[in-house]
Amino acid sequence: MMTAAEIPLEHVLVLAVLLFLIGLTGVLVRRNVIFLLMSLEIMMNACGLAFVAAGARWADPDGQIMYMLVLSLAAAEVAVGLGLVLQLERRMRHLDIDAASELSG
Amino acid sequence: MEVVLFYIAASVSVVSTILVISRSNASHALVYLIVSLLAVAVVFYLMGAPFAAALEVVIYAGAIMVLFLFVVMMLNLGPSSTAAERAWLSPGMWIGPAILTFILFLVMLWVLIGIPDSTSGVAVTPKQVGERLFGSYLLAVELASILLLAALVGAYHLGRRYMRARREEIG
Repeated sequence: MMTAAEIPLEHVLVLAVLLFLIGLTGVLVRRNVIFLLMSLEIMMNACGLAFVAAGARWADPDGQIMYMLVLSLAAAEVAVGLGLVLQLERRMRHLDIDAASELSG
Repeated sequence: MEVVLFYIAASVSVVSTILVISRSNASHALVYLIVSLLAVAVVFYLMGAPFAAALEVVIYAGAIMVLFLFVVMMLNLGPSSTAAERAWLSPGMWIGPAILTFILFLVMLWVLIGIPDSTSGVAVTPKQVGERLFGSYLLAVELASILLLAALVGAYHLGRRYMRARREEIG
């Protein structure tokens, strides 16, 4: 049986919350679509960290499996999101997310 | 000793993530994001999840970040875009959201203080993960593959029209 460090669980969860809230701040503050996508990645990564921490608490593989599902979701979101970024740049000539408000008509 | 390593990796990831959202140049922010993801991979490894740590390095810091880098280079964001970003990043812009999310952080801190517990200290090997993944979670794997296929088709559709327009512009 492989051993690992016994890290206080609440400290790992505080780290996950901190990373998530930094990502949330990024989503609220930035107007560039690329930075918005990066902030979303930070938030998803923080969720994955919380899952892995919970899995490590009970030495159970379920946490890592949920992390892999979050990872595939993040990959799918980035692929479509970056395609939309390319379209936005072609139509609006810049990457300001507020330019997309014209879509509401 | 290993717990000390956790605190070092955790501080590296928090500091580099703060630098990600405060950069005005997209490629600099991406490099900091890669550093942050590598630090989180170290945390995964210390918690006894070597498979998740490897995935974090290979897929997140490798594949997804390279995708970002390609798009940033394709769009060729020049100095004018960096200047616009800098103008948007004035303190009046970020102080409000920062205070609000700090309040959320304090609330979560208050909730989390009640659980004095630690991780098990037993590593979960890739073999265990694989057995569970292709055992009871087989349906989830299939659903994830359908999601990725849908994303593939969507990204191809969006990108194809862009590349055609781009070729016509060039001549």
